[in-house]
Amino acid sequence: MSSIFKRENDMHLRLKMYEQMYLIRLFEEKMEELFKKGVLFGTIHSCAGQEAVAVGIINSLSQTDLIIGNHRSHGHYLAYTNDVEGLMAELMGKATGVVGGRGGSQHIHKNNFYSNGVQGGMVPVATGMALAEKIKKSGNIVVCFIGDGTLGQGVVYESMNIASLWQLPILYVVENNYYAMSTRICDAVAGLPVNRGRAFDIESSELTSNDSDIIYNGSEDIVKKVREKCTPYFWVINTYRLSGHSKSDDRCYRTKEEEMKWAELDPLLIAESKIPRELRLQIEHNCMKRIEDTAEKVKKDVLPSKEGLADMMKLTI
Amino acid sequence: MLTYAKSINRALEETLLQDERVYLFGEDICDPYGGAFKITKGLSSRFPERIYNTPISEASITGIVAGMAVRGFRPVLEIMFGDFLSLAADQILSNISKFHWMYNHKVAVPVVIRTPMGGRRGYGPTHSQSIEKMFLGIPGIKIVAPSYFHDVGDLLKIAIQDDDPVLFIEHKLDYSRTLKTIINGRVDDWFARYTGDVYPVISLSLTDFEDDDVTIITYGGMVPFVEDAAKKLLFEEDIATEILIPSLIKPLNVNELIPSVSKTGRVVIVEEGTLTNGWGAEIAALLSDEGFKYLKAPVKRIAALDFPIANTKILEDFILPDTEDIVQTVKEIL
Repeated sequence: MSSIFKRENDMHLRLKMYEQMYLIRLFEEKMEELFKKGVLFGTIHSCAGQEAVAVGIINSLSQTDLIIGNHRSHGHYLAYTNDVEGLMAELMGKATGVVGGRGGSQHIHKNNFYSNGVQGGMVPVATGMALAEKIKKSGNIVVCFIGDGTLGQGVVYESMNIASLWQLPILYVVENNYYAMSTRICDAVAGLPVNRGRAFDIESSELTSNDSDIIYNGSEDIVKKVREKCTPYFWVINTYRLSGHSKSDDRCYRTKEEEMKWAELDPLLIAESKIPRELRLQIEHNCMKRIEDTAEKVKKDVLPSKEGLADMMKLTI
Repeated sequence: MLTYAKSINRALEETLLQDERVYLFGEDICDPYGGAFKITKGLSSRFPERIYNTPISEASITGIVAGMAVRGFRPVLEIMFGDFLSLAADQILSNISKFHWMYNHKVAVPVVIRTPMGGRRGYGPTHSQSIEKMFLGIPGIKIVAPSYFHDVGDLLKIAIQDDDPVLFIEHKLDYSRTLKTIINGRVDDWFARYTGDVYPVISLSLTDFEDDDVTIITYGGMVPFVEDAAKKLLFEEDIATEILIPSLIKPLNVNELIPSVSKTGRVVIVEEGTLTNGWGAEIAALLSDEGFKYLKAPVKRIAALDFPIANTKILEDFILPDTEDIVQTVKEIL
């Protein structure tokens, strides 16, 4: 059940996390580019700037743990599955997508990863999954990612109350990027976010970091606690989304100065300073090639057929 | 002599015994209380590890059973009053009904959400409604609403084993009623038939399905009113009716209605929910599409007035449909 990586941020793990973060960033940038070219349709929510949270936490998990994502989950998904092709095909609406083009960016499932698009809507589902794992005595835990905006939803607190009452093995991660779309956290969240976990007698803590090593180390301890004590945990991580909320966001609600300040705390910059240049360039090259090659390949994939749709609807209803 | 309530209780007990994936969730469902309508009485004493008394958190517990179901369990959730499904609506609409299709058939969500609906007990505007109509338009869920002519316990067991999510609607007034069992095609004064589907449609006729003038389509707690109306119509007006009582009210198989409609050519649909955009409206549209050539008169709908349900009995009775409404409407189309 233990993680395959040792503590102390050995170089192997550090390189892996850098590669994942770089891949996620390139993925998000590529998707933006494809939107501009008209290859993609609809919308996406980029997680550029928040990659350290995804890779730091997910690398500290066991492969059989469960991950519940949200509307901004490309990073969580890629860190967990490494399935660039499936996600890219999904965003392009292809039959080869993770869920055959039915879900798109926000509504995907593979192995033990589940996401959906309504704010807070997956929090009780994640909590129920934690109960399922507890009853099965699987030793698995559930990690449920939400954002600061999600703290406005009542069902989050109903679920945290139950997770505490029933002592469920679930880690609630609040990725506070300070904005719910355009609404600043100070206009939407009263008091300290971390206190909301404490109100339910759930052990809670707060971390401000874009450093994947620091998040990984913190997560390893927390995950161990959640697993071994079979208890919930509420973790607020303060980070920043470098991109807009969605593809149509002009970011008019943030100042250039603020963005510049956070750009200096870009998780990629923090990570790259800790690895040898040659290795870094090699990783970056590989990621670029992988994203470009995958995009070219997936563009040629087939679209879902209407005939398949009709057959499947008969099965469900 | 098994009551509707006892039949459900016994089915839950047997299912808990037979299927270790089954867990029950709900507010106040544990002993000694045993649920607001006592449906789960005794179960938590017998299966203490598998019955979860929950906080008053309909949204969360509905999501929790969804999570349980996705991960291999067969949870049954009791929502204390059907009116409170509004609090669970997002979980039903965005998660429970969607996961299977949206995740491209990689998961199933076999939850059963049981809940009592209906008025006539003086509970007022927020504890008397029949709001199953609000879920009729959601793809990806089934709605089962057994009448007391159905073996409600058996249907609950079937719903629990169904891989699709099921909203299981029980009428409060039915709980204390004794189930009517069809034996050799007869039950009480009725000639009775049922389709062989897992969720059967029951047909009743006082005249052995000969020369019926009108088809009345109804479900759940309206059935006793329709029975009274049918008897009145036959004995006082010499009008013979065939009553169709689906248990699966959504999706509805129109082909199960056509044989009767093709004989009578006249249709009245009776439901306890409000009239506008209701179950009856959908059936009328289906019959217009699939059975227009058989119709000799406009399809009529009988339902509650488009008001909240008043607390005081005189106004509640005025707002909800009753026997006299049915009798009058049938006479209008003959």
